[in-house]
Amino acid sequence: MSADGANNGIRDNQAGHAAHAEHYDPEAIKIGMWLFLFTEVLLFGTLFIVYGVYLSDFTWQFRKGSAALNIPIGAINTVILLTSSLTMALAIAALQRSNRKLCFRMASFTLLFALAFLVIKAFEWGGKFEHGIYPGSPLFEDLTKGEIVFFGLYFTMTGLHALHVIVGMAVIFWAMALVRTGKVHQDRSVFLENTGLYWHLVDLVWIYLFPLFYLIS
Amino acid sequence: MSSHGDKHHVVPYSVYVWVWVALLGLTAVTVGAQYTELQHMAIFTALLIATVKGGLVVLYFMHIRYEKPLFGVMILVLLVTYAIYISLTFADYFSR
Repeated sequence: MSADGANNGIRDNQAGHAAHAEHYDPEAIKIGMWLFLFTEVLLFGTLFIVYGVYLSDFTWQFRKGSAALNIPIGAINTVILLTSSLTMALAIAALQRSNRKLCFRMASFTLLFALAFLVIKAFEWGGKFEHGIYPGSPLFEDLTKGEIVFFGLYFTMTGLHALHVIVGMAVIFWAMALVRTGKVHQDRSVFLENTGLYWHLVDLVWIYLFPLFYLIS
Repeated sequence: MSSHGDKHHVVPYSVYVWVWVALLGLTAVTVGAQYTELQHMAIFTALLIATVKGGLVVLYFMHIRYEKPLFGVMILVLLVTYAIYISLTFADYFSR
Protein backbone atom coordinates (compact mmCIF):
# COMPACT_ATOMS: atom_id res chain seq x y z
CA MET A 1 0.00 0.00 0.00
CA SER A 2 2.65 2.47 1.09
CA ALA A 3 4.79 1.45 -1.86
CA ASP A 4 1.85 2.15 -4.12
CA GLY A 5 1.45 5.58 -2.56
CA ALA A 6 5.11 6.31 -3.12
CA ASN A 7 4.79 5.17 -6.72
CA ASN A 8 1.82 7.41 -7.22
CA GLY A 9 3.80 10.33 -5.85
CA ILE A 10 6.61 9.68 -8.27
CA ARG A 11 4.21 9.31 -11.14
CA ASP A 12 2.32 12.50 -10.35
CA ASN A 13 5.61 14.34 -10.30
CA GLN A 14 6.46 12.95 -13.69
CA ALA A 15 3.01 13.62 -15.05
CA GLY A 16 3.38 17.19 -13.91
CA HIS A 17 6.74 17.33 -15.56
CA ALA A 18 5.31 15.83 -18.74
CA ALA A 19 2.72 18.59 -18.89
CA HIS A 20 5.53 21.06 -19.50
CA ALA A 21 7.41 18.76 -21.79
CA GLU A 22 7.36 18.64 -25.54
CA HIS A 23 4.60 17.26 -27.71
CA TYR A 24 3.78 13.65 -26.89
CA ASP A 25 1.50 11.71 -29.21
CA PRO A 26 1.11 8.06 -28.19
CA GLU A 27 -1.27 7.31 -31.03
CA ALA A 28 1.21 8.41 -33.69
CA ILE A 29 3.92 6.38 -31.96
CA LYS A 30 1.65 3.35 -32.03
CA ILE A 31 0.79 3.83 -35.71
CA GLY A 32 4.53 3.95 -36.44
CA MET A 33 4.96 0.68 -34.57
CA TRP A 34 2.15 -0.95 -36.55
CA LEU A 35 3.70 0.18 -39.84
CA PHE A 36 6.95 -1.47 -38.76
CA LEU A 37 5.02 -4.62 -37.83
CA PHE A 38 3.51 -4.63 -41.34
CA THR A 39 7.00 -4.91 -42.82
CA GLU A 40 7.60 -7.85 -40.49
CA VAL A 41 4.36 -9.48 -41.64
CA LEU A 42 5.44 -9.11 -45.27
CA LEU A 43 8.90 -10.49 -44.44
CA PHE A 44 7.49 -13.65 -42.90
CA GLY A 45 4.58 -13.58 -45.37
CA THR A 46 6.99 -13.90 -48.27
CA LEU A 47 8.60 -16.94 -46.65
CA PHE A 48 5.13 -18.42 -46.16
CA ILE A 49 4.46 -17.96 -49.88
CA VAL A 50 7.74 -19.73 -50.68
CA TYR A 51 6.61 -22.49 -48.34
CA GLY A 52 3.23 -22.70 -50.07
CA VAL A 53 4.70 -22.97 -53.54
CA TYR A 54 7.13 -25.72 -52.53
CA LEU A 55 4.47 -27.53 -50.55
CA SER A 56 2.45 -27.87 -53.74
CA ASP A 57 5.54 -29.12 -55.60
CA PHE A 58 6.85 -31.51 -52.97
CA THR A 59 3.74 -32.47 -51.01
CA TRP A 60 4.77 -35.96 -49.89
CA GLN A 61 8.40 -34.98 -49.23
CA PHE A 62 7.14 -32.16 -46.99
CA ARG A 63 4.92 -34.65 -45.16
CA LYS A 64 7.87 -36.98 -44.72
CA GLY A 65 10.05 -34.15 -43.44
CA SER A 66 7.31 -32.98 -41.08
CA ALA A 67 7.06 -36.51 -39.62
CA ALA A 68 10.68 -36.12 -38.44
CA LEU A 69 9.70 -33.16 -36.24
CA ASN A 70 8.54 -33.76 -32.68
CA ILE A 71 4.90 -32.67 -32.28
CA PRO A 72 4.83 -32.68 -28.43
CA ILE A 73 7.92 -30.43 -28.32
CA GLY A 74 6.38 -28.07 -30.85
CA ALA A 75 3.11 -28.07 -28.91
CA ILE A 76 4.90 -27.34 -25.62
CA ASN A 77 6.69 -24.41 -27.23
CA THR A 78 3.36 -23.17 -28.57
CA VAL A 79 1.86 -23.24 -25.08
CA ILE A 80 4.94 -21.47 -23.67
CA LEU A 81 4.76 -18.70 -26.27
CA LEU A 82 0.98 -18.23 -25.89
CA THR A 83 1.46 -17.97 -22.13
CA SER A 84 4.26 -15.44 -22.58
CA SER A 85 1.84 -13.38 -24.66
CA LEU A 86 -0.65 -13.50 -21.79
CA THR A 87 1.92 -12.33 -19.23
CA MET A 88 3.00 -9.54 -21.61
CA ALA A 89 -0.61 -8.33 -21.97
CA LEU A 90 -1.03 -8.51 -18.18
CA ALA A 91 2.18 -6.51 -17.65
CA ILE A 92 0.75 -3.70 -19.78
CA ALA A 93 -2.66 -3.91 -18.09
CA ALA A 94 -0.89 -3.69 -14.72
CA LEU A 95 1.08 -0.59 -15.72
CA GLN A 96 -2.12 1.05 -16.93
CA ARG A 97 -3.43 0.57 -13.39
CA SER A 98 -0.14 1.95 -12.09
CA ASN A 99 0.67 -1.40 -10.47
CA ARG A 100 4.40 -1.40 -11.15
CA LYS A 101 5.08 -4.43 -8.99
CA LEU A 102 2.68 -6.64 -10.98
CA CYS A 103 3.93 -5.12 -14.22
CA PHE A 104 7.48 -6.09 -13.30
CA ARG A 105 6.53 -9.57 -12.23
CA MET A 106 4.58 -10.24 -15.44
CA ALA A 107 7.33 -8.83 -17.66
CA SER A 108 9.84 -11.06 -15.85
CA PHE A 109 7.63 -14.09 -16.46
CA THR A 110 7.50 -13.14 -20.15
CA LEU A 111 11.31 -13.10 -20.25
CA LEU A 112 11.46 -16.48 -18.51
CA PHE A 113 9.01 -18.05 -20.95
CA ALA A 114 10.94 -16.57 -23.89
CA LEU A 115 14.13 -18.09 -22.52
CA ALA A 116 12.41 -21.46 -22.03
CA PHE A 117 11.21 -21.32 -25.64
CA LEU A 118 14.74 -20.69 -26.89
CA VAL A 119 16.28 -23.43 -24.74
CA ILE A 120 13.75 -25.97 -26.00
CA LYS A 121 14.30 -24.78 -29.56
CA ALA A 122 18.06 -25.13 -29.13
CA PHE A 123 17.70 -28.71 -27.90
CA GLU A 124 15.38 -29.45 -30.80
CA TRP A 125 17.83 -28.07 -33.35
CA GLY A 126 20.68 -29.87 -31.55
CA GLY A 127 18.80 -33.15 -31.87
CA LYS A 128 18.37 -32.59 -35.60
CA PHE A 129 22.08 -31.75 -35.97
CA GLU A 130 23.01 -34.98 -34.14
CA HIS A 131 20.96 -36.94 -36.63
CA GLY A 132 22.85 -35.21 -39.40
CA ILE A 133 19.97 -32.99 -40.42
CA TYR A 134 21.38 -29.57 -41.11
CA PRO A 135 21.98 -27.64 -44.31
CA GLY A 136 25.07 -28.94 -46.08
CA SER A 137 25.40 -32.09 -43.98
CA PRO A 138 26.59 -35.36 -45.63
CA LEU A 139 23.16 -36.89 -44.94
CA PHE A 140 21.52 -34.04 -46.82
CA GLU A 141 23.05 -35.41 -50.01
CA ASP A 142 20.94 -38.55 -49.68
CA LEU A 143 17.68 -36.76 -48.99
CA THR A 144 15.26 -35.98 -51.77
CA LYS A 145 15.21 -32.45 -53.12
CA GLY A 146 11.83 -31.85 -51.49
CA GLU A 147 13.08 -32.88 -48.06
CA ILE A 148 16.12 -30.62 -48.41
CA VAL A 149 13.79 -27.73 -49.24
CA PHE A 150 11.57 -28.62 -46.28
CA PHE A 151 14.41 -28.64 -43.77
CA GLY A 152 15.99 -25.60 -45.39
CA LEU A 153 12.74 -23.68 -44.87
CA TYR A 154 12.35 -25.15 -41.38
CA PHE A 155 15.75 -23.87 -40.27
CA THR A 156 15.36 -20.53 -42.06
CA MET A 157 11.90 -19.72 -40.74
CA THR A 158 12.23 -21.03 -37.18
CA GLY A 159 15.72 -19.46 -37.08
CA LEU A 160 14.42 -16.07 -38.18
CA HIS A 161 11.62 -16.46 -35.66
CA ALA A 162 14.08 -17.33 -32.88
CA LEU A 163 16.06 -14.22 -33.79
CA HIS A 164 12.88 -12.22 -33.27
CA VAL A 165 12.40 -13.88 -29.87
CA ILE A 166 15.93 -12.77 -28.89
CA VAL A 167 15.30 -9.21 -30.08
CA GLY A 168 11.94 -9.24 -28.27
CA MET A 169 13.65 -10.29 -25.03
CA ALA A 170 16.13 -7.44 -25.34
CA VAL A 171 13.32 -4.92 -25.92
CA ILE A 172 11.28 -6.27 -22.98
CA PHE A 173 14.37 -5.98 -20.79
CA TRP A 174 14.83 -2.40 -21.97
CA ALA A 175 11.17 -1.60 -21.29
CA MET A 176 11.52 -3.01 -17.77
CA ALA A 177 14.51 -0.75 -17.16
CA LEU A 178 12.47 2.25 -18.33
CA VAL A 179 9.61 1.27 -16.02
CA ARG A 180 12.08 0.95 -13.16
CA THR A 181 13.61 4.39 -13.74
CA GLY A 182 10.11 5.85 -14.07
CA LYS A 183 10.47 6.95 -17.69
CA VAL A 184 7.65 4.62 -18.63
CA HIS A 185 4.62 4.83 -16.37
CA GLN A 186 0.84 4.85 -16.34
CA ASP A 187 0.51 8.06 -18.36
CA ARG A 188 3.42 7.29 -20.66
CA SER A 189 3.07 3.62 -21.26
CA VAL A 190 3.33 3.54 -25.04
CA PHE A 191 6.88 2.14 -25.01
CA LEU A 192 5.72 -0.89 -23.06
CA GLU A 193 2.62 -1.18 -25.26
CA ASN A 194 4.73 -1.19 -28.42
CA THR A 195 7.01 -3.78 -26.84
CA GLY A 196 3.88 -5.85 -26.29
CA LEU A 197 2.80 -5.40 -29.91
CA TYR A 198 6.18 -6.69 -31.07
CA TRP A 199 6.00 -9.63 -28.70
CA HIS A 200 2.49 -10.58 -29.80
CA LEU A 201 3.61 -10.48 -33.44
CA VAL A 202 6.37 -12.96 -32.58
CA ASP A 203 3.65 -15.14 -31.06
CA LEU A 204 1.44 -14.65 -34.12
CA VAL A 205 4.18 -15.86 -36.48
CA TRP A 206 4.68 -18.98 -34.37
CA ILE A 207 0.92 -19.68 -34.44
CA TYR A 208 1.33 -20.26 -38.19
CA LEU A 209 4.80 -21.84 -38.12
CA PHE A 210 3.72 -24.58 -35.73
CA PRO A 211 0.98 -26.24 -37.84
CA LEU A 212 2.81 -25.67 -41.14
CA PHE A 213 5.97 -27.46 -40.05
CA TYR A 214 4.89 -29.87 -37.32
CA LEU A 215 1.37 -30.89 -38.27
CA ILE A 216 1.40 -31.78 -41.96
CA SER A 217 2.71 -35.36 -41.76
CA MET B 1 -6.07 11.07 -15.86
CA SER B 2 -4.02 13.87 -17.26
CA SER B 3 -5.04 15.33 -20.60
CA HIS B 4 -1.42 14.99 -21.70
CA GLY B 5 -1.15 11.34 -20.78
CA ASP B 6 -2.25 8.22 -22.60
CA LYS B 7 -5.94 7.57 -22.62
CA HIS B 8 -6.52 3.89 -22.07
CA HIS B 9 -9.42 1.62 -22.45
CA VAL B 10 -8.56 -0.40 -19.35
CA VAL B 11 -9.32 -4.03 -20.09
CA PRO B 12 -10.08 -6.33 -17.14
CA TYR B 13 -7.31 -8.86 -16.44
CA SER B 14 -9.87 -11.65 -16.79
CA VAL B 15 -10.44 -10.86 -20.49
CA TYR B 16 -6.79 -11.66 -21.22
CA VAL B 17 -6.94 -14.85 -19.18
CA TRP B 18 -10.04 -16.04 -21.07
CA VAL B 19 -8.42 -15.26 -24.43
CA TRP B 20 -5.40 -17.31 -23.30
CA VAL B 21 -7.68 -20.20 -22.31
CA ALA B 22 -9.33 -20.05 -25.74
CA LEU B 23 -5.92 -20.02 -27.45
CA LEU B 24 -4.80 -23.09 -25.48
CA GLY B 25 -8.08 -24.85 -26.28
CA LEU B 26 -7.68 -24.17 -30.01
CA THR B 27 -4.07 -25.43 -29.85
CA ALA B 28 -5.32 -28.64 -28.23
CA VAL B 29 -7.91 -29.05 -31.01
CA THR B 30 -5.26 -28.59 -33.74
CA VAL B 31 -2.84 -31.04 -32.17
CA GLY B 32 -5.64 -33.48 -31.34
CA ALA B 33 -6.91 -33.46 -34.94
CA GLN B 34 -3.47 -34.67 -35.95
CA TYR B 35 -4.07 -37.97 -34.15
CA THR B 36 -7.57 -38.58 -35.47
CA GLU B 37 -8.92 -39.79 -38.78
CA LEU B 38 -9.45 -36.26 -39.96
CA GLN B 39 -5.77 -36.21 -40.87
CA HIS B 40 -6.24 -35.48 -44.56
CA MET B 41 -8.12 -32.36 -43.52
CA ALA B 42 -5.29 -31.41 -41.21
CA ILE B 43 -3.53 -28.64 -43.16
CA PHE B 44 -6.70 -26.80 -44.08
CA THR B 45 -8.26 -27.13 -40.63
CA ALA B 46 -5.00 -26.28 -38.90
CA LEU B 47 -4.63 -23.09 -40.94
CA LEU B 48 -8.24 -22.15 -40.26
CA ILE B 49 -7.76 -22.65 -36.52
CA ALA B 50 -4.44 -20.75 -36.67
CA THR B 51 -6.28 -17.83 -38.25
CA VAL B 52 -8.90 -17.84 -35.49
CA LYS B 53 -6.06 -17.84 -32.94
CA GLY B 54 -4.32 -15.04 -34.80
CA GLY B 55 -7.56 -13.05 -34.80
CA LEU B 56 -7.86 -13.42 -31.02
CA VAL B 57 -4.25 -12.29 -30.55
CA VAL B 58 -4.70 -9.23 -32.78
CA LEU B 59 -8.12 -8.22 -31.41
CA TYR B 60 -7.41 -8.65 -27.71
CA PHE B 61 -3.70 -8.99 -26.93
CA MET B 62 -2.80 -6.39 -29.56
CA HIS B 63 -5.76 -4.29 -28.49
CA ILE B 64 -7.24 -3.67 -31.94
CA ARG B 65 -10.75 -4.16 -30.58
CA TYR B 66 -10.25 -1.11 -28.36
CA GLU B 67 -8.31 1.12 -30.75
CA LYS B 68 -9.71 3.66 -33.18
CA PRO B 69 -11.12 2.23 -36.46
CA LEU B 70 -8.06 3.60 -38.29
CA PHE B 71 -5.97 0.71 -36.94
CA GLY B 72 -8.46 -1.83 -38.26
CA VAL B 73 -8.49 -0.12 -41.67
CA MET B 74 -4.67 -0.22 -41.77
CA ILE B 75 -4.69 -3.93 -41.01
CA LEU B 76 -7.34 -4.49 -43.67
CA VAL B 77 -5.14 -2.73 -46.23
CA LEU B 78 -2.25 -4.99 -45.19
CA LEU B 79 -4.37 -8.12 -45.55
CA VAL B 80 -5.69 -7.08 -48.97
CA THR B 81 -2.15 -6.27 -50.11
CA TYR B 82 -0.91 -9.65 -48.91
CA ALA B 83 -3.86 -11.42 -50.55
CA ILE B 84 -3.02 -9.75 -53.88
CA TYR B 85 0.61 -10.70 -53.38
CA ILE B 86 -0.32 -14.35 -52.77
CA SER B 87 -2.79 -14.58 -55.66
CA LEU B 88 -0.43 -13.01 -58.19
CA THR B 89 2.44 -15.26 -57.12
CA PHE B 90 0.35 -18.42 -57.30
CA ALA B 91 -1.39 -17.39 -60.50
CA ASP B 92 2.01 -16.84 -62.07
CA TYR B 93 3.54 -20.04 -60.70
CA PHE B 94 0.72 -22.40 -61.57
CA SER B 95 0.09 -21.01 -65.04
CA ARG B 96 3.60 -21.86 -66.25
